[in-house]
Amino acid sequence: MEETITFQVNGKQVELKIDPTQTLLWVLRNNLGLTGTKFGCGIGFCGSCTVLIDNEAVRSCSVTVGEMKGKNIVTIEGLGKDGELHPVQKAFIEHDALQCGFCTPGMVMNAAGLLIKNPSVTREEIIAGMEDNLCRCGAHVRIIDAVEAAAKEMKGGK
Amino acid sequence: MKKENSEKQLTGNSQNRRGMERRDFFKLVGGGIVIFFLPKCKSETVPVEEPGKRTLPKDYNAFLKIDEDGTISCMTGKIEMGQGINMSLIQIIADDLDVPMERIKMVMGDTELCPWDGGTWGSLTIRAFAPNMRKAAAEAKGVLFELAAGKLKVPVNQLVAVDGVISDSKDPSKSVTYAELARGKKIDRYLEVKPEVEDYTKFTFIGKSFKRNDSKIKVTGEAKYTGDMKLPGMVFARIVRPESLSGKLVSVDYSEAEKISGTTVVRDGDLVGVLNENYFLAGKALEKVKAEYSYDEIPVNNENIFDSMLKADSTADVETSAGDLDAGFKECAKVVETEIHDPFIAHAFIETHAALANFEKGKLTVWASSQTPYPLQDSLAERFSMPLNKVRVIVPFVGGGFGGKSKNQQAIEAARLAKVSGKPVMVIWTREEEFMYDNFHTAGVLKIKAGIDKNGLVKAWDYHAYFCGTRGAEIVYDIPNHKVTSHDSKADSPRVHILDTGPWRAPNNNTNTLGRELQIDQLAAAARMDPVEFRFKNLKDQRMIDVLKAAVELFGYVPAKRYPSGRGIGVALGTDVGTNVAEIAEVEVDEKTGKVKVVRIVCAQDMGLCVNPHGSTMQMEGCLTMALGYTFTEEIHFEGGEIKDRNYDSYELPRFSWLPKIETVILDRKDQPPHGGGEPAIIAVGAVICNAIFDATGKRLYQMPFTPERVLEALKKA
Repeated sequence: MEETITFQVNGKQVELKIDPTQTLLWVLRNNLGLTGTKFGCGIGFCGSCTVLIDNEAVRSCSVTVGEMKGKNIVTIEGLGKDGELHPVQKAFIEHDALQCGFCTPGMVMNAAGLLIKNPSVTREEIIAGMEDNLCRCGAHVRIIDAVEAAAKEMKGGK
Repeated sequence: MKKENSEKQLTGNSQNRRGMERRDFFKLVGGGIVIFFLPKCKSETVPVEEPGKRTLPKDYNAFLKIDEDGTISCMTGKIEMGQGINMSLIQIIADDLDVPMERIKMVMGDTELCPWDGGTWGSLTIRAFAPNMRKAAAEAKGVLFELAAGKLKVPVNQLVAVDGVISDSKDPSKSVTYAELARGKKIDRYLEVKPEVEDYTKFTFIGKSFKRNDSKIKVTGEAKYTGDMKLPGMVFARIVRPESLSGKLVSVDYSEAEKISGTTVVRDGDLVGVLNENYFLAGKALEKVKAEYSYDEIPVNNENIFDSMLKADSTADVETSAGDLDAGFKECAKVVETEIHDPFIAHAFIETHAALANFEKGKLTVWASSQTPYPLQDSLAERFSMPLNKVRVIVPFVGGGFGGKSKNQQAIEAARLAKVSGKPVMVIWTREEEFMYDNFHTAGVLKIKAGIDKNGLVKAWDYHAYFCGTRGAEIVYDIPNHKVTSHDSKADSPRVHILDTGPWRAPNNNTNTLGRELQIDQLAAAARMDPVEFRFKNLKDQRMIDVLKAAVELFGYVPAKRYPSGRGIGVALGTDVGTNVAEIAEVEVDEKTGKVKVVRIVCAQDMGLCVNPHGSTMQMEGCLTMALGYTFTEEIHFEGGEIKDRNYDSYELPRFSWLPKIETVILDRKDQPPHGGGEPAIIAVGAVICNAIFDATGKRLYQMPFTPERVLEALKKA
């Protein structure tokens, strides 16, 4: 049964008449054309589909659009503000924290969520917080370095 | 990459079997100066010339173009899957043409714009392709100098080029830009002679570190991969699949599936596709399909595969031999015999196979995550009986390949379904399909018998590889009597590997390096020598000695008084695609749980001339990290044709918490030709960790991966 569901995506109000059991991942990619959010495993084990829902990093393959009523979603396309990249995005570029780039949007969104939750994150906490995002190319060391640098940057270099 | 601009120029132009006619070519690319060139070595670039398949064109397989606006484009059939070649190739062109790097565009992996290429694999791009690209750049510069000499009325030898401007060295006010020289010209040159290539001491960009040039679009979600493409009227296809690879479709009833809104089901022989504009709904409809399959009984599984390889009727091809093995063994004071088992492993890149196929106005266009756009073009042309100039393959960014995106099954499926449905069809494999239809890293068995004399010199080496090839099985050490034998399926006997196998980053080299380095280590222990000192004692190859020295220095390795020392430090050497590596690692073994933690890993690499040390360092780090998976967890469990590991819940990839401290060094070898960089550092990780576990515990593991259960089992042994 279709329902009308209203939520925010990247600061814009979205209203969809849709089967509420559809997964958020495919609604973002299919209905909203936001293909930066990637499909990797479909069971919440790789993290490449991670988005922010009310400032929390969530795997969009494992939630339904029906659960999104009234929620505020940010995808990789909407992470930067006013034409400026988010500190995590900048740090990924600065540290070359990627190779093929396919897991990257999920890594960036997960890191952004981690830093909202814990702005004073330690390196050990970064490792634990990123643990369930998979990267096959082996960019791990640089990803940790990038997230650490972004955390520092967001705290005003302290 | 400047795809958007180039694509605009594509309107009904054609390409023939050998490439484009000159006339068609200029129609396609506009004016300018174009240099066509060949790869360095035919045998390196086309490993297998299959009957009926295209061989390398005789005239050229890439070209360099100097545009009327001064843009330098390099068109090549190579693709970018994370390895960073779009940066290193730009560095090379910038150096050889004396132009700023920003002015160079790579156009890659599009069969209509780029000349034929066998595929992106084997760390070939820099070592085989680049030298010829450099010659093409030198040729282009020659043409530009001739044109400038005419225009400025100055002899060629008096001209200098800086930043895309040629000027008179005696009167710098006389100058002309490359853009001005190219304007209104239609000059093509086929590179036959070998012009002088500049001395490395004059390089500006080659040998210096540059960051990736695709990071920004990859961190913002702008970078387009195949699954991100969209065409008007496009439908997603979910494919009806059996439970096991041996399944043959008996009957299918999809009447319930078609009741899901917007769904159509199409069939082409045994291929049944559930189509919907919405991927999620296509999946829902797929669940309603009732399909019946017949299955063959196949009595092979991941436990008994090793026995079945040894029992199979196989060939015995001697790959290398020297001296007299029997005489060698007679000289030995100690002889060690070893059997090693290596399982099937998956490629498991995060981007699953995807393809979008569209038939329009008698032409087929396929976007695909593929390492082999041209072989795919061949397959499509053959299957649909279409001329090559009516089939175009475009490879956008690829989300990891490692050898596993070379067979293109998904693209053929998308095209078949597009053909029968008359719609553009997108196939994006699920993770479960990915694990089922992967062409796995080949399982194999090694049997090695080797011995040392009373002075600790290896005198005899009898090495047998079963069904896993011998890449990486080079002797490396100075062993007077040796033989390497490869055992494989006989031409008329049934295939031993029931799973599909294919190249997996440094194909089979992980297996063979483990074999050699584990065995050498056992000989070191038999000789009661430190494993590093034992290696130095048995090495004569100066490049290998140098790379081991570099690793020893970086690690700060101090030889142990006895071996095993209890320190948990291991060493291993390896050679792949012309590059040598030496690795030293330190591990901690939890003897209660069997868990092994790699504390530190050091890798020294001699890859000849290194074009972009920063890019190569990233490749090394990637190899060392990825290798932790095949070392500790990765193994495909299967029963007959049924793959038991179908997702990341049971197939475990390396995670952040596994990371050791990684340190790398690239030897300065600017005077040497470049060798491969995408694969070598991965080959010795299994071996170095195996040897470190032995050093920590005195126990040795002979079966990959080194799971806690296997470690505990080894610890129990006397």
